[in-house]
Amino acid sequence: MTRPTRGFVGRRRRDPLRVLPPGQYDIGEDWPVLTAELTPRIVAERWSVTVDGLVATPTTWTWAQAHALPPAEYRGAIHCVTTWSKFETHFVGVSVDTLFGVAEPLPEATFVVATSDTGYTTNLPLADLTGGKAWLVWESGGRPLTAEHGGPVRLLVPHLYFWKSAKWISRLTLLDHDESGFWERNGYHDRGDPWEEQRYQGD
Amino acid sequence: MVSVDHPMPATVILRLAVPARTDHLPGQHYVVRLVAEDGYVAQRSYSVASAPSDPLIELAVDVLPDGEVSGYLAEVVRPGDELQVRGPIGGWFVWDGTSTALGVGGGSGVVPLVAMLRHARDLGAGQRLRLVAVARTRAELLYAGDLEAFGATVAFSREPRADRPTGRLAAADLLPLIAGRDTVFVCGSPGFAQAAGALLLDLGVAVATVRVEQFGPSG
Repeated sequence: MTRPTRGFVGRRRRDPLRVLPPGQYDIGEDWPVLTAELTPRIVAERWSVTVDGLVATPTTWTWAQAHALPPAEYRGAIHCVTTWSKFETHFVGVSVDTLFGVAEPLPEATFVVATSDTGYTTNLPLADLTGGKAWLVWESGGRPLTAEHGGPVRLLVPHLYFWKSAKWISRLTLLDHDESGFWERNGYHDRGDPWEEQRYQGD
Repeated sequence: MVSVDHPMPATVILRLAVPARTDHLPGQHYVVRLVAEDGYVAQRSYSVASAPSDPLIELAVDVLPDGEVSGYLAEVVRPGDELQVRGPIGGWFVWDGTSTALGVGGGSGVVPLVAMLRHARDLGAGQRLRLVAVARTRAELLYAGDLEAFGATVAFSREPRADRPTGRLAAADLLPLIAGRDTVFVCGSPGFAQAAGALLLDLGVAVATVRVEQFGPSG
């Protein structure tokens, strides 16, 4: 264990239901907006998402088509690499499993690159998107997802640091190798598990 | 920890000797990590204000009411203390002095711009960098002296200047500075970045040239 910092006591919440990953703090009611680029304005009804790459059936869903799929929701915490965690979030959309059920990943697919409308990218293992762990969401806290938070639709992968939950999602491309996305090329971790504190390259 | 300075209320400037340090690029930040006796950890990122030529790392910390880390840095840490830091971090919001840039910063968002201007001075590349710094009043502008000496456009939302009436950042502040910029850096609170971004887009600045760094509560 590292040597303690002289005189630092810290402030912590003792709510046993709000378990923080290492190095995180509970931000309470706020939901900070972090971005590396200017917020795009995307008309919801003209939005679409494509799943392609190493899949049997590359498929595109429009806004209407995505809303016709079986709905799914997430209730739980999200964790940002800048150290804030937000509990009791509520997102509504569609499970990525549903999309993959149609597109059918090929056996050799092991990684995914998620691309945003702006060109932002993030990479993650395919296994982190399957088995009920990921969604495309268009509603947050009972309201349409705002543009600054990634609306009309963003990727949601809450068990990883939130930069993996690409805003303004437009494409999921399946690959047989890992390809570092935007933040990963700029110093951040290729996987980003908050429980392993995988914040930066080399962690 | 070499020095702790309180140039104004709600700001603390730390200067740190980092052994075997990797030189940073202007725009990068360091993570300051505080560890309690029981192993509890709190950490936050702070932009570097110093140029790579400075033997010490200078961090300018916004002291937030009830700030867990900033409160400690404002009230407890003292010269001679050891602080755990990690860095430099960041590959996107950086300027190495070899291209043209416009930096637009509000509040503590001026800190990375100060690193840029100090580096520009070291390189003799001042003509490549244009800066706009925004605060409510001059008394609240971090690094006012450095920014004014560099020739930054300084805008106060609550205090008039001889060359500029009181008012928030406006298109007129940016228009003379946007030509021929390889990159535009926008840094500040989400509200500031949103407003500055909108002005830049309205003035025809290409979206792909704008890099944003924003922090602090959005609500």
